[in-house]
Amino acid sequence: MTVTAPRGSQKKDTPSAAAVVHTGTSEIRELFTRNLRTSGIYIALVAIVALFAGLTGGASLGPGNITNIVLQYSYILILAIGMVIVIIAGHIDLSVGSVVALTGAVSAVVVIQYGQPWWVGVLAALATGLAIGAWHGYWVAYVGIPAFIVTLAGMLLFRGLTLVVLNNVSLSPFPADYGQIASGFLNGLLGGQGYDLFTLLIFAIAVIGYAFNQYRTRKTLISYNQLVPSFPLFIAKILVVAIAVMVFAWQLAIARGMPLVLIMLAILIMVYSVIMQRSVFGRQVYAIGGNVVAAALSGVKVRTVNFWIFVNMGLLSAVAGIVFSSRSNGAQPGAGNMFELDAIAAAFIGGAAVTGGVGKVVGAMAGGLIMAVMSNGMQLMGIDQSVQSVVKGLVLMLAVAFDIYNKRRAGSR
Amino acid sequence: MADHILEMQSITKTFPGVKALSGVSLAVERGEVHAICGENGAGKSTLMKVLSGVYPAGSYGGDILFKGQTCSFSGIRDSEHAGIVIIHQELALVPHLSIAENIFLGNERRGASGLIDWHKTNAEAAELLASVGLREEPTTPVGQLGVGKQQLVEIAKALSKEVQLLILDEPTAALNDNDSAHLLDLVRALRDRGITSIIISHKLNEIEAIADHTTVIRDGKTVETLDMTDPDVNVDRIIRGMVGRDLEAFYPDRDSNPGEVVLRVEDWTVKHPTQDRLVVDGASFEVRAGEVIGVAGLMGAGRTELMMSLFGRSYGKFVSGKIFMHGKEIHTRSVAAAIEARIAYATEDRKAFGLNLIDDIARNISAASLGKLASWGFVNHHEEARAAEFAMKSMNIKAPNVKSIVGKLSGGNQQKVVLSKWLLTDPEVLILDEPTRGIDVGAKYEIYTLINSFVDAGKAVVVISSDLLELLGTCDRIYALSTGRITGQLPAAEASEERLMTLMTKEKELTA
Repeated sequence: MTVTAPRGSQKKDTPSAAAVVHTGTSEIRELFTRNLRTSGIYIALVAIVALFAGLTGGASLGPGNITNIVLQYSYILILAIGMVIVIIAGHIDLSVGSVVALTGAVSAVVVIQYGQPWWVGVLAALATGLAIGAWHGYWVAYVGIPAFIVTLAGMLLFRGLTLVVLNNVSLSPFPADYGQIASGFLNGLLGGQGYDLFTLLIFAIAVIGYAFNQYRTRKTLISYNQLVPSFPLFIAKILVVAIAVMVFAWQLAIARGMPLVLIMLAILIMVYSVIMQRSVFGRQVYAIGGNVVAAALSGVKVRTVNFWIFVNMGLLSAVAGIVFSSRSNGAQPGAGNMFELDAIAAAFIGGAAVTGGVGKVVGAMAGGLIMAVMSNGMQLMGIDQSVQSVVKGLVLMLAVAFDIYNKRRAGSR
Repeated sequence: MADHILEMQSITKTFPGVKALSGVSLAVERGEVHAICGENGAGKSTLMKVLSGVYPAGSYGGDILFKGQTCSFSGIRDSEHAGIVIIHQELALVPHLSIAENIFLGNERRGASGLIDWHKTNAEAAELLASVGLREEPTTPVGQLGVGKQQLVEIAKALSKEVQLLILDEPTAALNDNDSAHLLDLVRALRDRGITSIIISHKLNEIEAIADHTTVIRDGKTVETLDMTDPDVNVDRIIRGMVGRDLEAFYPDRDSNPGEVVLRVEDWTVKHPTQDRLVVDGASFEVRAGEVIGVAGLMGAGRTELMMSLFGRSYGKFVSGKIFMHGKEIHTRSVAAAIEARIAYATEDRKAFGLNLIDDIARNISAASLGKLASWGFVNHHEEARAAEFAMKSMNIKAPNVKSIVGKLSGGNQQKVVLSKWLLTDPEVLILDEPTRGIDVGAKYEIYTLINSFVDAGKAVVVISSDLLELLGTCDRIYALSTGRITGQLPAAEASEERLMTLMTKEKELTA
């Protein structure tokens, strides 16, 4: 028994007994609000990209600038992946900026002061991140101190340790191979005239993968009696995404090719999306955030899960720390300042709920990109730092207000 | 004609879908101690909320006459202003504030400047404490006091408001014998000072000892008001008034032929998680394959606490006791281990403890079986969806599809989701805590049918219920629990509401 209700059409072809009984208008309204809730963030992203493209006379979509956005905000996006998981479980992590600084500093000391190869620095930073995550996880999960307090303490603690490790001065420069992590490109692997064929090919494969995945999801939804958009709309959506992605790819290809950071980010996003949507661990994170008592009474080891959530945050903070130190070609005592707020904002703009239980990795990425495109666009326009801050603050406020408004209307609680 | 300080005349109160009160009348004489008795859910607390203005005038039917005047309270402040103070079972004290601050909270003693006059506050608090017989400094934080002393602080607070009618909702439920005795003495002393009290209590011995009149409520109606000075009125007489409800729901038939013992619990003892008292005290029981046992007990008897502590020690501090499955002792220190041992526990409060309301049906149903549905740590979505689809069909869960959000379902359908979740874990013992609370008659019948088909498959079921008729209608044997102890067991065929109620209200000294 399959039920497909066309989106945005008055026609109602849901005669099956299992389907909900709607009046025509309420069905449209529900479809509309449901779509606004789930894809509102992506629509907002497109709107903001378009807005700044117009305001900057297309400069924000220029080849150089697109590459620039990717490089400049990659570490915030990496942090946002970990942060959205922390937030889904109903916690918060205020320390990630300091952890970025400390892991970058450890790496710098190992590579610059002790002259070790780049990968030793990377491993040292990752180990530091894991240890910090375990520290936070211990206090939150096993002692039961709220994450807000634990990570506020961590924010001060690890900032202080950064100063100790760096002896209060900046360390630079890194050897050239370490710098490749953040500013390396894959270019000319397959040739191409004036454009990098390899970049285009990678993106083309990604687009095909996306289309295939969407098709499979649609089929599954139909087999479970779910409402899905009509077929032409479905194809239109995939086409729009495909064109947008390939334009993006083209701009990269005619600039400097495929940034290594982008490959890393793409792998992280895919891996963590699968973990959060498909793995037992991911499901337990949602269960804890949704109703911690019910989760515990269903046999979820709440403490263990909370512990590993923070270990993972520490690990991703270290990855961000490595990328950031590589990009800034050194370690500064003040590195990563306020990164936590950007990562938290990305998660909330991306639809995560303050009360936990709701959120998506991809949503947080869209949220992070909205912030990135806005900052970048305003910088291109030469808008004052103070105004930028005001705009970002208002966007965060409105995004969360919109989310709460939606929830109240849905009245699911 | 007696001098009535309070008359409540044919009070009715309706909640969506439920008639909580359908014509309760109550007349309280000036300067007496008036007790109110009734089964769980009979409407006692609702009645007191109507009286104290928690449910404002207009949201209920009937009249309240206090000191001869019709009252229409729009909130608790109004009723307190009139001199009616209610002390709830869950005390409303702020633990980090001092005794004096708590007593005058919202009613602060101010000096000429408009700021709080601490000398006056503490001096008046000290006087009030003396009058309730509590020897503590007024500056001591309330959190440092035991429950018994906190109860006295609540009464001191009521006295500070010049209370004329004091309502005590289950005042001794959480108290030990000494503190209870002291509290009852205090109520008597207040009566001598002319303060009228209404006491709601399940402890019938206490009521017999202290009350001048007792009003019995059943199913939202007043049954009778007993004069406690009458020598014929005793505990048994009160019980007779409390029970004797008409058979309103009916229960599907089941041939019972219990097999071997599946679960046996010996001498199970559990302490309160924060206070130094036993919540479950040496409970032993067993349940056989193909058998439904019931656990009867009044509020605070420790039914839920007993079962939750058995279920992976999810309540309180374990003191002693053994659990046997098929004669072999098992050690279930975590919920995961209990599920592994094939025990399932569906909680009493499905919204707060049983379901993730913001998630969908499929993911709620699979929540306790993710290990089984996963390989290499990844959940098999098809298996999960198939299990959920099967459950929706076999349980007759009414929802558009398995991806529907659970929070939007009706109570009965939510309860079926909870049951589906536990059946998916393939348990041998299914513990159901208030399985039909807040759901309509049709869904109730379906759940009874499910219980029957489950035991027909040779499994064992434990049902906790406040509804004695439900226990009589579904169980083979019924254990009665009173203040953490099992006070007896009866085969359903020999049990009656009276006999159960007698066991449920049996006090310690009678069983020790």
